[in-house]
Amino acid sequence: MKTGALEVGRLIMERDLRLAFRKPSQLLQPLLFFMIVATLFPLTLTPELSRLRDAAPGVLWIGALLSSLLALEFLFRDDAQDGTLEQFALSGQSLTWMLFAKTCTHWLLTGLPLALSAPIAAVGLGVPGEAMWSMVASLALGGFALSLVGAITAGLTLGARRGGVLLSLLTLPLAVPILVFGADATQRAIMGDAIAPPMYLLGAIAVLGLTLAPLAAAAAVRIGLE
Amino acid sequence: MLSVSGLHLWRGDRHVLRGVSFSATPGQCVLLTGKNGAGKTTLLRAIAGLLDPEEGEVSWRGVPARKTRDAFHAELAYLGHEPPLKGDLSGRENLKFSIGIRRDISRAAIDAALERTGASSFADRSMRMLSAGQKRRVALAGVLLTGAVLWLLDEPTTNLDTDGQHLVAALIDEHTHGGGIVIAAVHHLMGLVSASPVNLDLGAA
Repeated sequence: MKTGALEVGRLIMERDLRLAFRKPSQLLQPLLFFMIVATLFPLTLTPELSRLRDAAPGVLWIGALLSSLLALEFLFRDDAQDGTLEQFALSGQSLTWMLFAKTCTHWLLTGLPLALSAPIAAVGLGVPGEAMWSMVASLALGGFALSLVGAITAGLTLGARRGGVLLSLLTLPLAVPILVFGADATQRAIMGDAIAPPMYLLGAIAVLGLTLAPLAAAAAVRIGLE
Repeated sequence: MLSVSGLHLWRGDRHVLRGVSFSATPGQCVLLTGKNGAGKTTLLRAIAGLLDPEEGEVSWRGVPARKTRDAFHAELAYLGHEPPLKGDLSGRENLKFSIGIRRDISRAAIDAALERTGASSFADRSMRMLSAGQKRRVALAGVLLTGAVLWLLDEPTTNLDTDGQHLVAALIDEHTHGGGIVIAAVHHLMGLVSASPVNLDLGAA
């Protein structure tokens, strides 16, 4: 009997989680990169807490964006190289749904750990304790939107040899709104203001990504497989 | 049941498929022959829907395959040059996930398929540790497990020993006797397949 959609999603998630934990270096690399960038910054700035606090949203979000670009390369590349992505496309199941499951797992493995580890880096940047949860929430939501947007560009660059640079170039313009609203949310959290307005906008981008990105990614992957 | 008509396909500025037409009915095996670069792989990929032909049509059960893509793919098993397996997973895990996303599959069915292709003794080892021939045996177990009617096999005997080549021929025979269709690009299989195969020569490059 044909496998149901939920079971397909579960199997893909289980597979990708298992693969990621068997190759932890690939998992840790973007996270380490983020931690290094975010912890080195305070050393290069005046050790004045108010100044560090001003720079914190920018440092954290640029670190998060660059780190997620690094991680995006692994989203479909390995599966495309060993032919398993091709088998997904020929499985008779919805490729859109399968890529959505892959993208969610990718966020679980890269975006979420990054958001959860951000407070460690944020302490060094003078982010007050009460702003931490809001900052984590904005990074988690923004990271999810980044993964979805990135799925399209990762799909588009599948066919390109050494597509890493192209992937970054294509993703950056699409990621700018996420960066702007995300940094704004973190800034507001640090200042003690309401973070709802930029969070709503981040949420809107994520919802737009949820509805469109998997479809676009599937179309892109089919072209990439040719 | 499968009908390919007037398939034209260019790769870059090379006209690879020049109006290929043939049809296959249940129980039939079509062997694609031709020199390297003649377009055997291209034809198989075009049938599978991985390549879009510039002209011509692939029909399955009388309907253009691209119009009912998912239903067509559910009845198709494609095995390319490289076995589609994850190096960090074992053979059993690979089959659990790759077949599991297509249809419900029991552990016993996986064991039986691995046994049939002579892969059960190394099915729990990481793919990275296996030889190319062993990987191919696991991949062949995957083809068996899909339960698909139409098999598209690209050089299925590559890296296999003589035993393995006979195994592929036997699997093809069993499949066609059971009403399946096999389209295979081959170099070494001629003479091994008992059911008189249809030979489609794609000619020179």
